[in-house]
Amino acid sequence: MTAIKATNLTKKYKDKTAVDSLNLSIEEGELFALLGVNGAGKSTAIKMLSCLAKPTSGDAILLGDSVTSSSLKVKEKINVSPQETAIAPNLTVRENLELICGIYGHDKKSSKEKAKNMINSFGMSEISKDRAKTLSGGWQRRLSIAMALISEPKILFLDEPTLGLDVLARRELWKIIEKLKGNITIILTTHYLEEAEALSDRIGVMSKGKLKAIGTATELIEQTNTEKFEDAFIALAEEGGVL
Amino acid sequence: MKTLAFASRNTKEILRDKLNLAFGLGFPIILLLLLSLIQSNIPVELFAIEQLTPGIAVFGLSFISLFSGTLIAKDRTSSFMLRLFTSPLTSSNFIFGYSIPLLPMAVLQIIVCFVVSFFLGLSINVNVLLSIVVMIPACIFFIAIGLLCGSIFNDKQVGGVCGALLTNLCGWLSGTWFSLDLVGGTFKAIAKALPFVHAVDAGRAALTGNYSEIFADLWWVIGYAVVFVCIAIYVFTKKMNSDNN
Repeated sequence: MTAIKATNLTKKYKDKTAVDSLNLSIEEGELFALLGVNGAGKSTAIKMLSCLAKPTSGDAILLGDSVTSSSLKVKEKINVSPQETAIAPNLTVRENLELICGIYGHDKKSSKEKAKNMINSFGMSEISKDRAKTLSGGWQRRLSIAMALISEPKILFLDEPTLGLDVLARRELWKIIEKLKGNITIILTTHYLEEAEALSDRIGVMSKGKLKAIGTATELIEQTNTEKFEDAFIALAEEGGVL
Repeated sequence: MKTLAFASRNTKEILRDKLNLAFGLGFPIILLLLLSLIQSNIPVELFAIEQLTPGIAVFGLSFISLFSGTLIAKDRTSSFMLRLFTSPLTSSNFIFGYSIPLLPMAVLQIIVCFVVSFFLGLSINVNVLLSIVVMIPACIFFIAIGLLCGSIFNDKQVGGVCGALLTNLCGWLSGTWFSLDLVGGTFKAIAKALPFVHAVDAGRAALTGNYSEIFADLWWVIGYAVVFVCIAIYVFTKKMNSDNN
């Protein structure tokens, strides 16, 4: 079943077209990476798909509901881990998780149970009573992702989830993301090409607001007649693309 | 449930900031003690405890605007708000979630002022309770100011507007530090057109048992509260939508 279907999704800011007629179809359970250089339009595309920005024209259907006409229904099915760590700083790890449960309509008992399970599965037992602002960057990012998952979203948007993390913390997060593969639909944006190559089922490359190419890492290498994925990406990001 | 979960978070965020507690409770109490000390050495009718307490209580409420405005402004510019904007929270969930924790905090702040005043010689009687109730519209007015400022300004600007401008306006134009009759003229006219002096005078009338004088001032405060609540809700909702675009 199709999880996300974007049709001519467009976002204009005055004279600038940030996303130009994005057409995209992502299957349920797929991990789809959206790549592009700064200003390519990937963050704006994610904002429209996650109901953070209203499209200027076009639409996207997420599991049967439109981002333009049924955004509240869409919001019940999705969750987002934003680029910067999105946590309530004066709340403890446990309280942050319980807060998200409450916001998604769970009662106190259910929230406590779910937070407990999430703390265990993310290995956060020792820091569960620590305030979020006292955690290291790696733990904050881990908490941020746990907060995105605790509502049991059917579609998860991970916006540069490993930005600024050291190599060990990054690999730890990769393991968590890999465990999620197949269970929920994940849309990942990243500047780390090896991350996209290692984790994703398919990759889309955006440039100047347009989706230039789409396929597996191997397919993109073949399409651009290059030898490495990095070269394929540069070819797509710099030139017109092959779509 | 959603509103309560969000309100609970906001309560914790405000109460766990030690500066909030220091300013919200500590500063009004210090002023109360200081001005009472002046009164004990050089008796001034204005600083008599039944005149002073409502003035300090209303002055303390300006810090409620500062707390709420700062929290909302900080949230608006944080990734945490992005997370909340992608959640099923609606505008009313946000508005009530920010406002609900502040009303008991504001009332508690007034109660603390009165409790301290008991130790400074204020009589314990039913008028105290009435005076606290009479100040609730002022609480709502200051909460609305916080919601409005937090929706428009960043946290530094909120510090300037609510932390400096509002506290000074509230202090000078409320007739707490000095009688407005001492200055008179345009100054007094401006003060009378604003809600601060009316909030204090309504509280004083209730506390001193002059019940017939309460509503002449209280209507001003209720009017300002209603207008600013409407403006705050409109601006907050508009900003929330525009921030999303």
